[in-house]
Amino acid sequence: MSFEQGVYYALGAVGLFVFLSVMVLALTWIERKGLARIQMRMGPMRVGFHGTLQPIADAMKLVVKEDILPSWADRRIYWLAPLAVFIPALMLWATIPLARDAVLANLELGLFYIVAFSVLSVMGLVMAGWGSANKYAILGGLRAAGQLVSYEIPFIMALLGVAMLVQSLNLIEIVDHQARWAHILIQPLGLFIFLTAGLAELGRTPFDIHHAESEVVGGPFVEYSGAHWAVFFLAEYINTFTIAALTVLLFLGGWQWPGMPFDGFLNSALSVVWFLVKIYVVIALIIWIRGTYPRLRIDQLMAFGWKLLVPLSFVNIVITGVVLFYGWPLWTLTLMSLILLAGTFYLIATYRGTAMERMTVSVHPARIARPEPAVALQQEAGTSTDG
Amino acid sequence: MQVQRQPTQQADTIDLMVNMGPQHPSTHGVFRVVLWIDGERIVRAEPHIGYLHRGSEKLCEGELYSQVITLFDRLDYVSNLNCELAFCLAVEKLMALEIPDRASYIRVILCELNRIASHMLFYGVYGLDTGAMTPILYGFRERERIQALFETVTGARMMHNYIRVGGLRHDLPEDFVPKMAELMDHLKRGVEECDDLLSNNEMFIARTKGIGPISGEDAIEFGVTGPALRAAGVLEDVRISEPYSIYDRFEFGIPVGTYGDCWDRYYVRIEEMRQSMSIIEQAMEQMEPGPTVSALRRITRPPKGETYMRTESPRGDFGVFLVSDGSDKPYRVKVRAPSFANLQALQHLFRNAYVADAVVILGSIDIILGEVDR
Repeated sequence: MSFEQGVYYALGAVGLFVFLSVMVLALTWIERKGLARIQMRMGPMRVGFHGTLQPIADAMKLVVKEDILPSWADRRIYWLAPLAVFIPALMLWATIPLARDAVLANLELGLFYIVAFSVLSVMGLVMAGWGSANKYAILGGLRAAGQLVSYEIPFIMALLGVAMLVQSLNLIEIVDHQARWAHILIQPLGLFIFLTAGLAELGRTPFDIHHAESEVVGGPFVEYSGAHWAVFFLAEYINTFTIAALTVLLFLGGWQWPGMPFDGFLNSALSVVWFLVKIYVVIALIIWIRGTYPRLRIDQLMAFGWKLLVPLSFVNIVITGVVLFYGWPLWTLTLMSLILLAGTFYLIATYRGTAMERMTVSVHPARIARPEPAVALQQEAGTSTDG
Repeated sequence: MQVQRQPTQQADTIDLMVNMGPQHPSTHGVFRVVLWIDGERIVRAEPHIGYLHRGSEKLCEGELYSQVITLFDRLDYVSNLNCELAFCLAVEKLMALEIPDRASYIRVILCELNRIASHMLFYGVYGLDTGAMTPILYGFRERERIQALFETVTGARMMHNYIRVGGLRHDLPEDFVPKMAELMDHLKRGVEECDDLLSNNEMFIARTKGIGPISGEDAIEFGVTGPALRAAGVLEDVRISEPYSIYDRFEFGIPVGTYGDCWDRYYVRIEEMRQSMSIIEQAMEQMEPGPTVSALRRITRPPKGETYMRTESPRGDFGVFLVSDGSDKPYRVKVRAPSFANLQALQHLFRNAYVADAVVILGSIDIILGEVDR
C-alpha cells in the first residue's frame, strides 16, 4: 500500500467514524421522539429545540461519568469487550456505499465481507458477559451467543438469495440491478426473512432477550458504565443503522431514484440524501416494532428461528434457484414469494388458535352467583351477635 | 418444592443460583426470589419477604380508630380506598352502625374507581414485564385521570384518609357529576385501547398463554383469592358471595377464566375494569342527595368484642380481624392480605418455568409489597 493510499484510508476511516457518530446521535434522538409519539409523550424537550441537542448532552454525560470496574471482573476481557463489539460494527461500513461514488472500498466480495464481520460482534457480547463476572451478565451473554448464532443462518441465506438474483456480491452492482425493479418486488419473502433475522442480530424488540431489562437487567452491559457503556451503545446503534442500510441496499433499491434529473456531484449528493431517507423509513419501522411488541422468550425465539425462518430461507433460495435456472420470468418468483409469505403469516396467526379460541375468560352475571337473600341475612345475623 | 430433574441435568453440572431482587427491576417492589436455574429453566425458587415490614398491625394498637385509617392507606398503596373501606366496615360492623345511603354509594364509586386504577397499574407493569414498553404509559394515563378525580374529592392522590367510621370525611365536590361523566368517557375508551394494544398481540399470547397454570382446587388450597382465583375457574367474589356495603344493589358480571394461566389472570383484570365501570354507572344513577356521615360521637369506642370483615380488594379477599376492648384504640388488628396469600402459590406456579417466565408469573399475581409485608 502506498503512502497516499494509507492516508486515504485513514482519512476515510475517520470520516466514516464521524459520519456514523452523527448518524447514531440522530438515530437516538429519532428513536426517543418516535417512541414518545407512540407512547403519547413528548420525549426530550429541554436541551435545544425539541431536545435536538439531547444526544450530545447524553454523550457528554456518559464520557464524564465514572468508569466502574467491578473488583471481581476479569479485567482484560472486561475492557476489551466494548472494542470487540465496536470494531466489527465500524468495519462493516468500509464497504457499504452511500452512493455510487461515496464508498471507502468497493469490494468485489462485499456481501461476503459483511457476513464475515457481522458474526464477530457475538464474541464481544460473550466476552462482556464473562468478563463482568455477574450472573445476569453471563446469562445475557450466553443468550446473545445462542440467539445470534442461530439467526445468522437465515440472515446469510436471505443475503444469498439476493446475490443469486444479481449474480454478484458487489453492493454497487446489487443496487444497479434494482434500477428497474427493487428486490422487494421480486423477493418479498427474502425481505421478511432478512429484516426479522436482522432484528434478532441487533437484539432489538421483539428479540431483545439478551439485554432484557425485566429479566436479566441489561444482560452483558449490566456492570458497564461511563465511556465503555457508551461504546457498546454506539456499536448497537451503528448496527441498527447498518441493518437498515443493508435492507435499503439489498431490497429497497439503494439510492436509486427513478428519473434522477442531475448528474455529477449533485447526483451523488442527492443520492446520499435519498438513501438516508430510505434508511430512516426502515428505522421508523424498527422503532414502531419496538413501541408495540413484547419480547419473546428464549425457547420461542429459537423455535421461531430454527423451525420457521431457517426452512423459509432455504425455500427462498430454492425458488430463486429454480426460477433462475429455468429462466422463468421474475414475476413468477414474486408470486411464489408472496404465496409463501402469506402462508407464513397465516401459520403465525393461527398457530395458537384463532382469536375466538383464545378467549378463555367468560363473564358470569352476579345474580346467578349471588346466594339467596335469606342465606345472606342469616349470615349477617350470625356475625353481628359476636359484636 | 419438587425439584424437576431435566434430562440435561444428568451431566455433571450445578445449578446457577441467581438472586432476583430485592433490587431487580421487575419484582414489583422489594421482593426477593432466589432462583436456582439450569440453563434457562428454573429448578428451584425460594421467595423471601419482609423488606417492607413496618409493623402496621402492631402500630394500629397504639392509634385511635380514626388514626388507624391512615395506616390502612399505606397497606395496599395502589388501592388505598379499598383498604380504608375494609377497616371502616369492620369497625362499623362491631358498632352495628347504620351508614347513610349516600355515603355507601360514594364509597362504592370511589372503591370501584380505585379498582380500575389498580388494575391499570397492573396492566402497565405487566406490559413491562413481558417486554412491551408502551402499555405502561397507556395504563398510567388512565390511572392519572382517576387520581386527578380522587384529588378533587379527597384532597390527595394516594393517601386519601377519606372514608371514616360512620361515613365519609365530607361530601363530594359540587362539580363531581360532570367530572365523573367526563372521566367515564375517557375510561371507557381507555380500557378498550389498552385491550387492543396488548391482549391479542401474538407475542403477548405466546408469553402468557399456558404459563404458570394453576387449577381451581390448587388455588383454593393455597388460599389464592381475587382475580388469580377467578382466573383458575372458580366463581368467587366477596362482593357477591358475602355482599358487603351495598354491593347487592348492583347488577354486574364476574369474569372467570378457564386455565388459571397468566393470560387468564391478565384478562380477568381487564374484564373486571369493564364490570367496575358498569357498577359505577349504576351507582351514579341510584345515588341521591343526603347526609354522608351518621350521627357519631367524637371518639369512636366500639363495644367490647371481635369481628372479621371480608372485602374484595383489587388483589383479592382483603380481611380485617378486629378485637376491641371497649377503649378508643383497637386491642388487636389482623389483616388478611390477599397479596400475601396469593404469593404462597408462587413456587407452585414456578414449576417448569423459564427465567423469563418468572417475571411474567410474578407480575400476573400482582403483588403489592406494602400489603405482603405490612
